[in-house]
Amino acid sequence: MVTVSLRREMAGGKAGEKFWSLIRSLGTRILPNTAGCHSAKEAVTTAKMAREVFGTNWIKLEVIGNHDTLQPDVFGLVEAARILCEDGFDVFPYTTDDLVVAGRLLEVGCKVLMPWCAPIGSALGPVNIMALRSMRGHFPGVPLIVDAGLGRPSHAATVMELGFDAVLLNTAVAKAGDPVGMARAFGKAVEAGREAFISGMLEPRDVAVPSTPTIGRAVFS
Amino acid sequence: MKLMVNGEAHEVAATTLGELLAALDYEGDWLATAVNSDLVHKANRAEFQLSAGDRIEILSPMQGG
Repeated sequence: MVTVSLRREMAGGKAGEKFWSLIRSLGTRILPNTAGCHSAKEAVTTAKMAREVFGTNWIKLEVIGNHDTLQPDVFGLVEAARILCEDGFDVFPYTTDDLVVAGRLLEVGCKVLMPWCAPIGSALGPVNIMALRSMRGHFPGVPLIVDAGLGRPSHAATVMELGFDAVLLNTAVAKAGDPVGMARAFGKAVEAGREAFISGMLEPRDVAVPSTPTIGRAVFS
Repeated sequence: MKLMVNGEAHEVAATTLGELLAALDYEGDWLATAVNSDLVHKANRAEFQLSAGDRIEILSPMQGG
């Protein structure tokens, strides 16, 4: 799946056409987004414009609330999500790891949650593991996708090991020295983390446990 | 009349959104339009009457997000 935004087209320009042709040639599922919107009204209108261009009800809903952290305005987000869900959209909300906000988003009709794990483009990776683990525990049947803040493949593996269902990447791949190689590395990390989660990992403990059976141990004295 | 198109002032003779798009050489299925922050469907552009001071947004696909 690839996410795509909408921006102003220059008069007579064909930039949008070239990019749209490239994306369509991939034959992959499109998840349009409302990146950069700062109000519920902006986001709702952008979502409707995206539906017309991309021909899908799917929308990654962003309502930005702070210029420095790019964290979501969760109040505007819930309001926009309610309007769009009532209008038939399948809303993928970019949200924080706040459980109460997550609950509100589900109440207004969202079927998926997309919490950040750190500010957009920061590459910090999961800064609050406890919150992400709590989210997974509170919403066991809801698809959870980490959206924003991942910088390294190991970050992706970490959140997948927590039981998240997917990650959404942009900057970590787009700004890499070799984006194709980095995308491949992230893919391996996601698969590794997922397989580890479903295979059942050991819980950490404070004391050593011998990995070799003590029965049958030779005694030399 | 004076209009704002993608944040820039334009003096145009067009009276409908369809005429405005043609006058400014906008063409293609990949474009989405809004007037005064409300979507105007592609099918309605030809008949959509513009008024002086209207704010028109013309968007197209772009990477990111």
